[in-house]
Amino acid sequence: MLDFEVFSQQLITGLSNGMIIALIAIGYTMVYGIIELINFAHGDVFMLGAFLALTLLGALGMEAWGPSGQVFGVALMLIGSAVFCGGLNWSLDRLAYRALRKSSKLSLLVSAIGCSFVCMNLGLFWGGAPMKVFANGNSAAAPKDFPAIIPQINLLGDGFLRITPGDLLVFAVTIPLMVGLTFMVKRTRLGRAMRAVAQDPIAASLMGIPVDRVIGATFFIGGALGGFASVIYSLYNNTIGFQMGTRAGLDAFTAAVLGGIGSLPGAVLGGLTIGCVRSMSDQYLETRWTNTIVFCILVLILIFRPNGLLGSTRREKV
Amino acid sequence: MKNSAVIISIFGACSVLFAAAQDSKVVAPANAGTLKIISSLPRTGSANAQTNTMVNGIKLAIDEVGGQIDGWKIAYEDMDDASPQRGNWDPAVEAQNANAAVKDSDCIAYIGTFNSGAAKVAIPILNRAGLAMVSPANTYPGLTKPGFGEANEPLVYRPSGKINYFRVVPTDDLQGVEAANWAKTLKAGKVFILHDRELYGKGIADVFRKQAEKLGIEVVGFEGIDSKAANYRSLATKVKATSPDLVYFGGTTQSNAGQVAKDLRSGGYEGMFMVPDGCFEQAFIEAAGAANLNGKTYITFGGLPAEEMTGKGADFRAAYKLKFGADPEAYASYGYEAARVVLQAIAQAKTKDRAGILAAISATKDFDGVLGKWSFDANGDTSSRVMSGQTVQDGKFVFVKVLGN
Repeated sequence: MLDFEVFSQQLITGLSNGMIIALIAIGYTMVYGIIELINFAHGDVFMLGAFLALTLLGALGMEAWGPSGQVFGVALMLIGSAVFCGGLNWSLDRLAYRALRKSSKLSLLVSAIGCSFVCMNLGLFWGGAPMKVFANGNSAAAPKDFPAIIPQINLLGDGFLRITPGDLLVFAVTIPLMVGLTFMVKRTRLGRAMRAVAQDPIAASLMGIPVDRVIGATFFIGGALGGFASVIYSLYNNTIGFQMGTRAGLDAFTAAVLGGIGSLPGAVLGGLTIGCVRSMSDQYLETRWTNTIVFCILVLILIFRPNGLLGSTRREKV
Repeated sequence: MKNSAVIISIFGACSVLFAAAQDSKVVAPANAGTLKIISSLPRTGSANAQTNTMVNGIKLAIDEVGGQIDGWKIAYEDMDDASPQRGNWDPAVEAQNANAAVKDSDCIAYIGTFNSGAAKVAIPILNRAGLAMVSPANTYPGLTKPGFGEANEPLVYRPSGKINYFRVVPTDDLQGVEAANWAKTLKAGKVFILHDRELYGKGIADVFRKQAEKLGIEVVGFEGIDSKAANYRSLATKVKATSPDLVYFGGTTQSNAGQVAKDLRSGGYEGMFMVPDGCFEQAFIEAAGAANLNGKTYITFGGLPAEEMTGKGADFRAAYKLKFGADPEAYASYGYEAARVVLQAIAQAKTKDRAGILAAISATKDFDGVLGKWSFDANGDTSSRVMSGQTVQDGKFVFVKVLGN
């Protein structure tokens, strides 16, 4: 194999991983953009989405479905998890955050951390479900194998370079979602309302915009993107566990900050950057340095561009 | 309704009679009181399935002596040294368990730990209190043997100057060497070595590398992984680019061996994969997915799987199946062995004194164990050298051969 092939392979892996991170990062950045809350529960909502996907897969016996049935199965999991995570995120806002809208940002932040713990423990509880896909509930905390219902073949034949259907799925799902989201925020009535609330909630409400409903919708959309991401993550990595939200959430949060929190293109850019830096560091340095490199880059960027790569110059409040 | 009431009352009467009969059997014991054995093993996370069978092994040993020796009642407490936050053993919990055992005046022996890193925490705490510790599973050599780990090992674990730590399994300086020898007979010319950066995983990977180099196997890479990473696709590409015949992973199921195996395969690596005993549990196959392991995965183990044992070991397996209705996992027989070592020491020492029992354990000689006769040497290690190699077929471990000897 050539050095060029190794480099391209790492680029493909980095972009695939980065796309998944970006999709989660959008959930952070949307919520931050509108109410300046870092929704720490987002990573755990994402984790519960993966648990729902595995439950669906096991309950419906998708492993036994034929190839075309499995395409339907993947679509079903995507929709199921998106609706579930969106609903869950919306409920968190309704139950925990809305009451604190007028109190200090810090109480909001602390209650977000609380929600994160609640969700994580729900996952721990769920992992003990007496189902075959959950190892018959043998150990709730153990990582679960997510069956590889997408074939792990090389679409490029027998060469060194590999592109698998999993890689394609990542791009096929995330790119339309990102385009659609950008369109929604820029062009639709709801998008305009969201931007108005983000700019000035009081003025927006004076203009007749139902602020709480718009915020609720933002939570729903952010959560739904997390739901999509959870299914893609599960199909790509084939392992889920109740703690996966912590690491995925940290990566995504870093991506959101790197790109400029509050900015949608920033979140995508941040996610792709982190994914590629990770791959390249694994290849050309050593795996054990990877986390150090990622966070060093974050620190450097925040020193020279405190608002991130594409962030606005608004003052940070949290 | 009426019938069931009758049955219940008959059952109740029977149990009262039975209890009375039991009471009359105990005639003024020579030593009234309780001796407690505490085990500290990971019960949260994927190691739990393995731990379950180890705990069953300990219970079986205690049942075999009728739960008492010379009138001493043998109590047993099963502690968890893992936490959900780590999904793996936790140093804070392990220290808590060891301190609880020291404070419990009935406790005369501590069975554990499963992970060598956890032993590092527990040994000095128990050592200061002179409490005996018998491990069914630790294999990191530095815990007992000078010259294999850090310069201050193993003395750093013995603040009182006395040895209180024993183990019934052979150590990694033997297992890692046998693993490399096996790789050689499997005709591996190039190996890529990965480890989880933990005491056990890095330790055995180091031994493997040393022996591989000695045998003339080319080591094309040696890297510590991030055991919390979502996937190892980029690492798999790096491994594949060096085209090794065999990848060795020094680590455990809990440090993500399953994901490593998965990503090596999905990254297109098709060669052999070898892991040490830390992955010798069904949970590893479950985590990796059987399809990713079948045929080309090799697992070394410092002992024999229960199915291959003869003599005492075969008896153990039969008794285990009868009592628990399932096959024991790899380390269950060592849980059983560790408990029997402690029970024999109690029978010989005839005392509740921790020092007396410790002395009796360290004097264990020609013990009729599951792997034949063995003794503890001056370091507290077993003299047994039986090891085995297995592979995975159809989602099950299959014994291949005895290694070493």
